[in-house]
Amino acid sequence: MEIKFIEPVRMYESTYILTPDLSEEEIQQVIGKFNSYMENAGVKIINQEKWGFKKLAYPIQRKQSGYYVYTEFQAPASFVKKFEQEYRYDTRVLRYLTVKLDKFAVAYNERRRNKLKGILEN
Amino acid sequence: MSNNKMIGNAPNNTSVGPELRKKYCRFKKFGIKYIDYKDPDFLLRFINDQGKILPRRITGTSLKYQRRLAVAIKRARHLALLPFVTDGLKEDNSLIL
Repeated sequence: MEIKFIEPVRMYESTYILTPDLSEEEIQQVIGKFNSYMENAGVKIINQEKWGFKKLAYPIQRKQSGYYVYTEFQAPASFVKKFEQEYRYDTRVLRYLTVKLDKFAVAYNERRRNKLKGILEN
Repeated sequence: MSNNKMIGNAPNNTSVGPELRKKYCRFKKFGIKYIDYKDPDFLLRFINDQGKILPRRITGTSLKYQRRLAVAIKRARHLALLPFVTDGLKEDNSLIL
């Protein structure tokens, strides 16, 4: 008898902070790099927000601020490990955090998205 | 309130003075199922001046949500949305963007 292992596809959200030393083009390039990595792996990006430059609550690598990028995506579980490796290899990333979303978080994010959309439209 | 507990075995409900309001878990009351670590302004209510997580006995949060709250605060700290240690967190408005 053969046992088939089906890898679960889950919802995740990932935030990373880029160094403030980068120019606008470089920032777009880094974001593009991570996004194309996700797309190449067949991951569905559901939502992406660029929070822009924010002051850090404490210095990281002697930097006082950073550029925050937030992404929601749907991916198989093994993808996250590989993807976080990409963060680690990239010295322009100060910090990253990837979180698995439970059903309450998914519902919350949906409401949050709609609220943000409403603000933008008005 | 904490004094009464220290003095003796007096039942809690008789010792509550008029100035003490009953504590409640705000997550249960308002039906908040998910605590968002991306919202540091909200989490600020559950930490003290030094950035420490306030105990349940002060905020009244139920155990279930205190656990989740602690996780959310720790995630926010990791992303530098909240400080690990500071002084005068509540007065310093420049920290809260």
